[in-house]
Amino acid sequence: MRELSLHVLDALENSVEAGATRIEVGINEDLKADRMVIEIADNGRGMSKEFVARVLNPFVTTRTTRHVGLGLPLFVAAARRCDGDLVIDSEPGKGTRLTITFRHSHIDRAPLGDMPSALMAILLSERPVDLAYTHRVDGREFQLDSAEVRQELGDIPLQYPKVRSWLLETLCEGEASLRASNSND
Amino acid sequence: MPKIKSLEELRKIREDAQKDLRIRTETGTRIIVGMGTCGIAAGARDVMHAILKELEHRDIEAHVETVGCIGMCAKEPLVDIEQAGKPRVTYANITPQMVSRLIEEHLINGRAVQEWAIGRLDTTKGIQ
Repeated sequence: MRELSLHVLDALENSVEAGATRIEVGINEDLKADRMVIEIADNGRGMSKEFVARVLNPFVTTRTTRHVGLGLPLFVAAARRCDGDLVIDSEPGKGTRLTITFRHSHIDRAPLGDMPSALMAILLSERPVDLAYTHRVDGREFQLDSAEVRQELGDIPLQYPKVRSWLLETLCEGEASLRASNSND
Repeated sequence: MPKIKSLEELRKIREDAQKDLRIRTETGTRIIVGMGTCGIAAGARDVMHAILKELEHRDIEAHVETVGCIGMCAKEPLVDIEQAGKPRVTYANITPQMVSRLIEEHLINGRAVQEWAIGRLDTTKGIQ
């Protein structure tokens, strides 16, 4: 996959398949320390220790254990070739937390890419799931919690066309504000 | 931060939506995009983005939903279009470049794009 956001989307899809109703996604880019940390924490069904040990090996995973396949091994490979790693912290019945690290300036680190579209793909999922997204780049921060959006909307679904446009626009503006070199905030 | 203003926009959207939501969820169009690992690797996210842009550009109100892997991984990206009273049509190997024609022929002209379709499913949606 050419963008880290596609790996993130794939991991989020795993969370949805694992029955998560809320997923926290954090992206922390610390340019001074030259680190990039991606954290994905869900309240899905979680995995046993034995399963966690097997899940990073693409040749052991079976088709019936539907919520993980080739995705995580690809994500691990992407992190390890950039002086980073992927750590899984999971407990059956509680949820799963993935922490993925990279050396920010590593020549092999794929660009983050189109995060707004990746998040939209999950927000438009047929299974209702909330995303709490935080992206930090040095001192700047962008946050969006779809639970707050849902609270404003009442029984109007996130898939409703005007809401959908609002979400995509808000995400794009938020991401753009992090890239701006002179922020007025 | 524009956050407060943005939430006010949401309230406005909610008011507008409540008036006509019932009609739309019952008789509207649904577009479903496969978003498993297979779909993502084949470009499903960008296809979804192209669909959102095309619908906005043409001012078409349709629901867009993503689903997990349905098992036809070699045919990804898969896009299903479902309209009231018509069979649900599954399209295979869709790219962002194909989206404009897909929307125009299927949604506007009301004809399925035969050479891209790989299946149809009868639906009872919208039939009394």
